[in-house]
Amino acid sequence: MSDLITTPNIVDADDFYAELLTAHEGLSDAESNALNARLLLTLANHIGDRAVLSDALNVAIKAGRS
Amino acid sequence: MNKIFEIPMYSYTRSKDQDAMTRKRHPVVVIGAGPVGLGAAIDLAQQDIPVVVLDDNDKVSFGSRAICFSKRCLEVMDRLGCGDVLVDKGVIWNTGKVFFGERKVYDFNLLPEDGHKMPAFINLQQYYFEEYMVNRVRALQAAGKSIEIRGKNKVSAIGTHDDHVTLEIDTPEGPYNIEADWLIACDGAGSPTRRMLGKDFVGRVFEDNFLIADVVMEADFPTERWFWFDPPFNKGQSALLHKQPDGVWRIDLQLGWDIDKEKEMKPENVISRLKAMLGDDVEFELEWVSIYTFQCRRMEDFRHGRVLFAGDAAHQVSPFGARGANSGLQDTDNLCWKLKLVLDGKADESLLDTYSAERVYGADENILNSSRSTDFITPKSAVSRLLRDAVLDLSEENEFARPLVNSGRLSVPCIYDGSGLNGADTDKLPAQTRVGSVIADAPLGDGFLSERTGDRFQVLAINCDVEPVTAKGVQAEVIKLETANAPFLQERYLGDQKAAVYLLRPDQIITARWLTPDSVAIAAAMTQAMGG
Ligand SMILES: Cc1cc2nc3c(=O)[nH]c(=O)nc-3n(C[C@H](O)[C@H](O)[C@H](O)COP(=O)(O)OP(=O)(O)OC[C@H]3O[C@@H](n4cnc5c(N)ncnc54)[C@H](O)[C@@H]3O)c2cc1C
Repeated sequence: MSDLITTPNIVDADDFYAELLTAHEGLSDAESNALNARLLLTLANHIGDRAVLSDALNVAIKAGRS
Repeated sequence: MNKIFEIPMYSYTRSKDQDAMTRKRHPVVVIGAGPVGLGAAIDLAQQDIPVVVLDDNDKVSFGSRAICFSKRCLEVMDRLGCGDVLVDKGVIWNTGKVFFGERKVYDFNLLPEDGHKMPAFINLQQYYFEEYMVNRVRALQAAGKSIEIRGKNKVSAIGTHDDHVTLEIDTPEGPYNIEADWLIACDGAGSPTRRMLGKDFVGRVFEDNFLIADVVMEADFPTERWFWFDPPFNKGQSALLHKQPDGVWRIDLQLGWDIDKEKEMKPENVISRLKAMLGDDVEFELEWVSIYTFQCRRMEDFRHGRVLFAGDAAHQVSPFGARGANSGLQDTDNLCWKLKLVLDGKADESLLDTYSAERVYGADENILNSSRSTDFITPKSAVSRLLRDAVLDLSEENEFARPLVNSGRLSVPCIYDGSGLNGADTDKLPAQTRVGSVIADAPLGDGFLSERTGDRFQVLAINCDVEPVTAKGVQAEVIKLETANAPFLQERYLGDQKAAVYLLRPDQIITARWLTPDSVAIAAAMTQAMGG
């Protein structure tokens, strides 16, 4: 694993989660998807580190497998 | 329509070979007088290898084809004696604008790097590119070189043998046969040679059509490249406007997959589309209109015994990123010196396998880059479009998103990292000029490094002395250089070191480098570069 943080790291996680939901309020599915995509790209740029990004992608892929 | 399409450049004339009692054997025959075939022929003729080019046509390339020629291609063309005329005629642009929907999201300036003879690229119609090459062929002929273009000579059958190839050729006066020690197939994407040899050509077809129009107009659009994603005049698709010399503009309009090509090609339909784009009051004349579907594919191997494939015959890319002709000229750049060494008996035939290995590597990089551009420009799934649009929306106010916008990446030469021909390297010298790279140009007094190099093995002795070097009967030319008044040379070749020695192949690829001169090591690297 790279330096991807997989332990809790967001201060006041409940508050962040609520902000995320609020941002999507009143949006159509298409608008929400677009917002998520813009957010994803913004965060990815902030991280920058290619290995961290790949590991994050893999975490997301793995968690979606049932 | 521009007259240049109609003028025969190499009209059919009867050749002595057609009346010969026995089939004439030529050292090298090239099929195809496109940019790549002509490049191969000029290169060989300059090295005093007699060459015959066969083409089933007798005119320059038809219609809207290449317009963007990159720096490396121009350097190769300079070595072939056509560099200045191309740059003089070509259009150079630095500003690009990107539009998304109704709005301009950003513009960019390419800020070209200083200290190179050639610009990063030029825009020029492919027919001029070919015309200048034919002129160069004529100049070489006048200088007594053995180079011939036979128009209306269509190769109809090929026989392959261990040590030669036989060709059957159709002409207006009937068929004849010749033989070649080596055959270079530059017969384009539909390569009949490839078909006759039963070789594969696999890859990916992009399910999309593009209307490519060249229009002549007196509009005062600036000399810039404008790219539209999802513009109001071509909803859900893309568009490109690009300037060429003589007031000609290239317009690419994405049309989608399920279209009626014949209907789209009708002048009245093309004109109404263009009016929607350019505005009703802009006067223009259509020079050429075609509809293309793009593909990215390559042959598995570019060498089959005595037959060598180059250019579109060997690999095809979508035009985003301008890699077709540009990479084709890099093929022949790589091939011709190797073929000369083999013909001169200085290197083993297996050296030609490294042509295939190196250029397959280059083709894969080009295919990767142009596939990525095509995927961005023409997203093929809902999520691909979602992400693409997110990038574009962000790009308006956020600089970070702009590098992700991919409307075609500038074609730069690949670096032959890991090539079997490479010799010693050291990471104490700049990464830019590492082994496997093309030389980085640098001003030298009243000229440029790119003008002093090429056509033979050369040793750059920078701030040091090197004894003459010979390997396998080939002598390397030693070029002594000082960095005292050459800051670009210092930066690109020495970095923070005081001296260095670079060994260059005849195609200006850096094949080994050292901090201190050692003639034995240089000779060993030269041997290695000639296939061992
Ligand atoms: C719309 C468009 C835009 C492009 N833009 C760019 C760009 O900006 N930059 C770039 O670098 N590339 C670009 N390209 C690609 C470029 O046009 C090609 O890569 C280039 O022409 C390939 O050159 P070639 O010599 O390999 O083949 P071709 O130019 O196709 O030449 C092949 C030749 O072989 C001859 N021939 C075929 N069969 C036979 C036969 N049986 N006997 C004798 N002769 C034969 C043909 O007559 C022809 O003259 C573009 C292409 C298109 C379609």
